[in-house]
Amino acid sequence: MVDFSMWDIFRNLLLAARWTVGLSIVAFVGGGMVGLALLLARLAQLPGAQLGVAAYVQLFQGTPLLMQLFLAYFGLALIGLNVSAWVAASLALTLYTSAFLTEIWRGCVNAIPKGQWEAADSLALSFGEKMRHVVGPQALRIAVPPTVGFLVQVIKGTALASVIGFIELTKAGTMITNATFKPFTVYACVALLYFALCWPVSAASRKLERSFKHGR
Amino acid sequence: MIQLDFLAVLSQWPALLQGAAFTLGLSAVAAVLGVGLGVFCGWARSEGPPWLAALVSAYVELIRNTPFIVQLFFIFFGLPSLGVKLSPEVASIIAMVVNLGAYAAEIVRAGIDNTPKGQIEAARSLALSELQVFTRVVLPPALGRVWPALTSQIVIVMLGSAVCGQISAQELSYAANLIHSRNFRAFEATIVATAIYLALSIGVRQLLNWLGPRFIFGRLPAAGR
Repeated sequence: MVDFSMWDIFRNLLLAARWTVGLSIVAFVGGGMVGLALLLARLAQLPGAQLGVAAYVQLFQGTPLLMQLFLAYFGLALIGLNVSAWVAASLALTLYTSAFLTEIWRGCVNAIPKGQWEAADSLALSFGEKMRHVVGPQALRIAVPPTVGFLVQVIKGTALASVIGFIELTKAGTMITNATFKPFTVYACVALLYFALCWPVSAASRKLERSFKHGR
Repeated sequence: MIQLDFLAVLSQWPALLQGAAFTLGLSAVAAVLGVGLGVFCGWARSEGPPWLAALVSAYVELIRNTPFIVQLFFIFFGLPSLGVKLSPEVASIIAMVVNLGAYAAEIVRAGIDNTPKGQIEAARSLALSELQVFTRVVLPPALGRVWPALTSQIVIVMLGSAVCGQISAQELSYAANLIHSRNFRAFEATIVATAIYLALSIGVRQLLNWLGPRFIFGRLPAAGR
């Protein structure tokens, strides 16, 4: 019988945590871009955008992330794409993130006083100019704390990718448990590593929120 | 050519119905106990003794910064090595309660902290005990203020319970997996289950919106809100 030291467990979990970080970054950046596109479509009042994006948001916020991952995994296979769990998880998490971010950012844009829009209109600024010079910079300031806060949700969300077989921190924990028969230690270490990833982000979000409140 | 066969899935409706009922049951128990835990923790953090407040903040931070699936696995797979053996259902409920409790604590605390000071002083001047002040004067309007946030959190926990199928608690996602292992209609089974989850989340939200003002913080003068 092979004996696993604490360091063996921890080292392997640390290596797997790279994939958690990687998946989080892909989902956050991809989700941010899709979310921004959806937000702009809404603000530009493209036909059908209002209703379409609202339905999109309701769909992703009203169903379990686990089911979304399964749908991406089975759905991509169904249309003949033989993709890895990595691609399916990235796709599902990107869409999930975009739905939440677009809704968060819409709230931030709505928080900007109406007079700002009217002033921009009266200066005959185009939609692009309004976004770049008037609405964008102000909305960005309000948007930073909740966006950073949502990053924590994304990191935690990546844990579900383990269910479709993507080997990140949680999946590695399960595999190591199966080899070592020490579920208590292993899952405690897994939780600790997630905490080490998420807590600084939570703290940063809170700090940003406070400095924003006092900065006004 | 893709051929979807939803009939093969829908013909197994008893399994889906059972799964949905199980999900609702788990969520209902978790919601009641979790909000109760949240109220206690919210009280402890804003009015409790310092040592308890510190303990509760540690708990809240720990739960809020780790994924639900890891909490569930820790309880279901990890605790038996300490001699605590739990059935999948009990482990699921404990995980959901512990998870909801931490989020609800933050939400309830925000409600408690916004209580106008005059209300507490008025209640004290009427010689209400501290417990009465909290349960009769502070808590109901505080719950009323944060009810929308609390409702959202309960729905999030219900959707999160899809993970409990992974430890073979027989809820909705487990039923979908079962159907897919019977007829290999994985995509269709997942779509149907997802649609049911969507309906459940909309329904539960409506139900809580209706329930809250009538039974939880309703029989109160509007002044507190």
